[in-house]
Amino acid sequence: MAPDVKTAQPAGGVAALPPAGAAERGSFGRFLRWDTLVGLLLVLVFIGGSASSPGFASIDNLSFALGDLGEIALIALAMTMLVVAAEVDLSVASVLGLSSALVGALWDAGWAIETIIPLVVVIGAACGLVNGLLVTRLGLPSLAVTIGTLALYRGLAYVVLGDRAIAEFPQQYTSLAVDDIPGTPIPYPVALFILLAIITAVVLHATGFGRSLFAIGAQEEAALFAGIRVKRVKLILFVLSGTVAAFAGVVFTLRYGSARADNGMGLELAVIAAVLLGGVDFDGGRGTLGGVIAGVLLIGLLRNLLMLNDVSTEIQSIVTGLLLIISVITPRLVAVIGQRRRRPSPVPSPAPPAS
Amino acid sequence: MTAVTAGRSPRNVVDLVFRARELSIVVALAALVAVTAGVNGNFLSEQGLKDIFLNASILVLLAVGQSVVVITRNIDLSVGSVVGLVAFTVGDFLAADHSRGIVFAVVLGVALGALCGLVNGLLVSFGRVPALVVTLGTLYVIQGVDHYIAHGRQINAVDLPPALLSLGNGSVLGIPYLPLIAVVVMFAVGYYLRSYASGRDFYAIGSSPEAASLAGVSVRRRVMAAYLFSGALAGLAGVLWLSRFGTVVADAANGWELQVVSAVVVGGVAITGGVGTVYGAALGALLLTTITSALVVLKVSPFWQQAITGALLLLAISVDRLLALRVARVLRRRNSRHGS
Repeated sequence: MAPDVKTAQPAGGVAALPPAGAAERGSFGRFLRWDTLVGLLLVLVFIGGSASSPGFASIDNLSFALGDLGEIALIALAMTMLVVAAEVDLSVASVLGLSSALVGALWDAGWAIETIIPLVVVIGAACGLVNGLLVTRLGLPSLAVTIGTLALYRGLAYVVLGDRAIAEFPQQYTSLAVDDIPGTPIPYPVALFILLAIITAVVLHATGFGRSLFAIGAQEEAALFAGIRVKRVKLILFVLSGTVAAFAGVVFTLRYGSARADNGMGLELAVIAAVLLGGVDFDGGRGTLGGVIAGVLLIGLLRNLLMLNDVSTEIQSIVTGLLLIISVITPRLVAVIGQRRRRPSPVPSPAPPAS
Repeated sequence: MTAVTAGRSPRNVVDLVFRARELSIVVALAALVAVTAGVNGNFLSEQGLKDIFLNASILVLLAVGQSVVVITRNIDLSVGSVVGLVAFTVGDFLAADHSRGIVFAVVLGVALGALCGLVNGLLVSFGRVPALVVTLGTLYVIQGVDHYIAHGRQINAVDLPPALLSLGNGSVLGIPYLPLIAVVVMFAVGYYLRSYASGRDFYAIGSSPEAASLAGVSVRRRVMAAYLFSGALAGLAGVLWLSRFGTVVADAANGWELQVVSAVVVGGVAITGGVGTVYGAALGALLLTTITSALVVLKVSPFWQQAITGALLLLAISVDRLLALRVARVLRRRNSRHGS
């Protein structure tokens, strides 16, 4: 079992190999695949919730809980692909805020929503492009770049809208973000999510592009030698992430009927929590979209359940934080147990912050 | 003939570039101060300068702790939450009984901060999980605990013992206590990292954890120590925050982790580990604080502040990267010329 190997890469910054000895290799680990566990946990929360809280399992409540997840779920799709390729985008919530501020400011200036939406989405793509160019052209770590753009884009949102709130959006638009598709209990944004999730799942797990993401995440240099255009692939991922985040900003604004510069503050945590909870390895190269969807649903149902039981928002934030920590600790523990069963553990080394 | 015996050895070239890095912050700082003072003379008044140094000292303390963590190729995003938790709990503790001593308050704050650091350190070094994820998680857990304890309450200056408040606003020989504490801590840590073998271990770990481990450095213990230290300093910063502002609500230093990481990175500590000094980080903190003050004096909308911080951070990491590439090229050329 090879220890962590970090190689300074001529092309794309510093990449970290995932520690070998994955959970699924041990006989014990095969049984305990993390994303299967999350699915199981989801079922348990659902059963426990409907038994303990009347109204939890009602179609209305579930439809509301799903709608409430909309933006997190959308952004998580793009984030999954980024993390599989061993990158991260911490600026998504700021892009969401910037897009919300732009929607508000442009609407206030008398623009039509039909013009505003495509424009805002293009600006989101440009935000993603800036992230991607800094990461791929200069070879900077995406963590540092997106901490910088997290502040920059949020700052621009304040520059655009200040601390004003624009709230006079006509019913015909706001209802698009909250209403169910006629005849079904599925809100429009959720329908959109289902469509995009299917596309993402196919791209990630059944195309060459998807396989190249896993290859890049597992070992970037090897992927480069295998002829994968690593920089271009990463650039596409960052642009996608910005685009989706901006679109989520439009949905967020219409759903709450309020455009504010601080919309979605801290949302990146929920997204990353969902992705990691879904079993995607933060060091890249491993994960499934099914696991991520289970992770998103788990976080959403838990929040809903806590809300139904009048548990305060601070406890909800503690629960999210704990889930995040547990979701990264448990797979490693399972891996360590798997290792111990076969050979003495190698000299440990600290994991790098990110690459 | 080896490169080392040449007039300017590669080591000197590297040194020069990184010293130039710290020098460039000083130049930027001087230019900013000169321009701002030119527009408004009050900027350099005694009170104006005092305010900048007072505001900078808490950020400097946090930046010093953070740079030790970042040098080991890790990160501590939970510091803002720790400051908030400590400021509120210690405030609560002192408000309950005025006879409680200030020394005891400081010890309590530092211990509480160190406890948070211990949790981070245990999770990162023994759990072998990415520091970013762990400390993002503890950020929210600690913040939640803080909100839970505060329960919407607020600590007011009138509830606090005067001795604590005079720590935040008093001075000795004309020098306020806060900057004094920050400078002493900065030099102590800087000296330790540079002059002790165990201090240099932190750099070794950041440059290559495997190599450090093979060389016999106890990586786990050092990473653990870095988090413990960062947490303890955040605890101290929390007490100083309380003494400076007097009024504290639950989300006191909410979002400060970004400021701290920015200060460290702007100050030339590489986020990929192994490079940088606490002096640079402290200068970075001073630069960020001065920008904030200058924006007010220059009557720029405060809404620009965050955007400027972000742009500055991006500029700093880009310049760092270009400099590093340049150094690498210089070294390669030198080595090939000397045939080594």
